[in-house]
Amino acid sequence: MATTETFRKVRLVLWGAVAAVALAGGALLLGEAQRAQQAGSNLPAAATIGAPFTLTRSDGTRFDSQSLAGKPYAIFFGFTNCPDICPTTLLEMSNHLKQLGANADKLNVLFISVDPSRDTPEHLKLYLSAFDDRIIGLTGTTDEVAAVAKSYRIVYEKVPSKDGSDYTMNHTASVYLMNANGRLVSTLSFQEPEETRQRKIDNLVAG
Amino acid sequence: MKMFSALVMLALTALAVPASARDITAGDLVISNPWTRVTPPGAKVAGGFLTITNNGKEADRLIGGSAVISHRLEVHEMSMEGGIMKMQEVAGGLEIKPGATVVLKPGSYHVMFLDLKASPVEGTPITGTLKFEKAGEVTIAYDVAPLGAKSSEAGHEGMQHEMKSGADGNMKKMHGGQHGHH
Ligand SMILES: [Cu+2]
Repeated sequence: MATTETFRKVRLVLWGAVAAVALAGGALLLGEAQRAQQAGSNLPAAATIGAPFTLTRSDGTRFDSQSLAGKPYAIFFGFTNCPDICPTTLLEMSNHLKQLGANADKLNVLFISVDPSRDTPEHLKLYLSAFDDRIIGLTGTTDEVAAVAKSYRIVYEKVPSKDGSDYTMNHTASVYLMNANGRLVSTLSFQEPEETRQRKIDNLVAG
Repeated sequence: MKMFSALVMLALTALAVPASARDITAGDLVISNPWTRVTPPGAKVAGGFLTITNNGKEADRLIGGSAVISHRLEVHEMSMEGGIMKMQEVAGGLEIKPGATVVLKPGSYHVMFLDLKASPVEGTPITGTLKFEKAGEVTIAYDVAPLGAKSSEAGHEGMQHEMKSGADGNMKKMHGGQHGHH
């Protein structure tokens, strides 16, 4: 019992330390956020991000980017053999859509595979079944995906495993928020707080 | 920023002590809180996370291991470079210096389960081994957190509640309230 009590006290002191450090850190984080914001506005000339494309949806039908006209959209790139950032981002985008409530139909969310040789439409469909079904999963031929990624200034590369039998991928992780005119207005990072991301999405949908 | 993270980690590490009942000791190493999370259907990979402390006088290295859910296991590092997510095998294994604690966590070092033969199921621990250069092979069991969980604490309400009280700067209230019997 005595140990438990002592431990409780120690724990309180430690939480105090966490709070103090968090306050100090908060100030630092604000500075970082501002810097990130500036970096965001310096991003590749916003007007030249993205170009019309056609790709294959996870249901096997063709998808023409013209259908995005007049509505803002969130677009991000990844692959299903990704252990961390892709499922996390898909889950976060699902949560954001839920948060939008009835406004969710004012936003399109696109997930484009940078690993089309493994991410067939069927596989993408199965994988995406764990997430909000309003997320549009897209894949295509290697060339099609390369062209779309290039127009969105997405970097990706295969990283072969040591024995060469397998590979993983490095890729741009940001979510691009595009307005109804197809212009890049902001980006989301999985490193920023959920509230920050939601606010950006709310702003995007509000126009 | 580094200092801030280090302090938070220090405080959080100390706070994580109660989990010690389930710590695994292997030679000079203490392994705590192994966990993984549910993967989307059809996923062929998953990440495993844990904390390793080296209480010895010599460095050791995590060089590999196995898990019942996958054909292969590798020790990986994930990092962000200019908005690009990079992941690679840690060349030569992950070093745990004497006296150091290394945390494998999302967005950072992790063990990677490759070529999954079964999907992690929430609440059903996954058995596996970790292979260290000096401490040898250790059997561990990973707790399974929900899809997309950012920590194994995702379901631990108490911890989150206290964290919020602290963040509000409401330490006084916390003293008087939850711990009023002091
Ligand atoms: Cu990995």
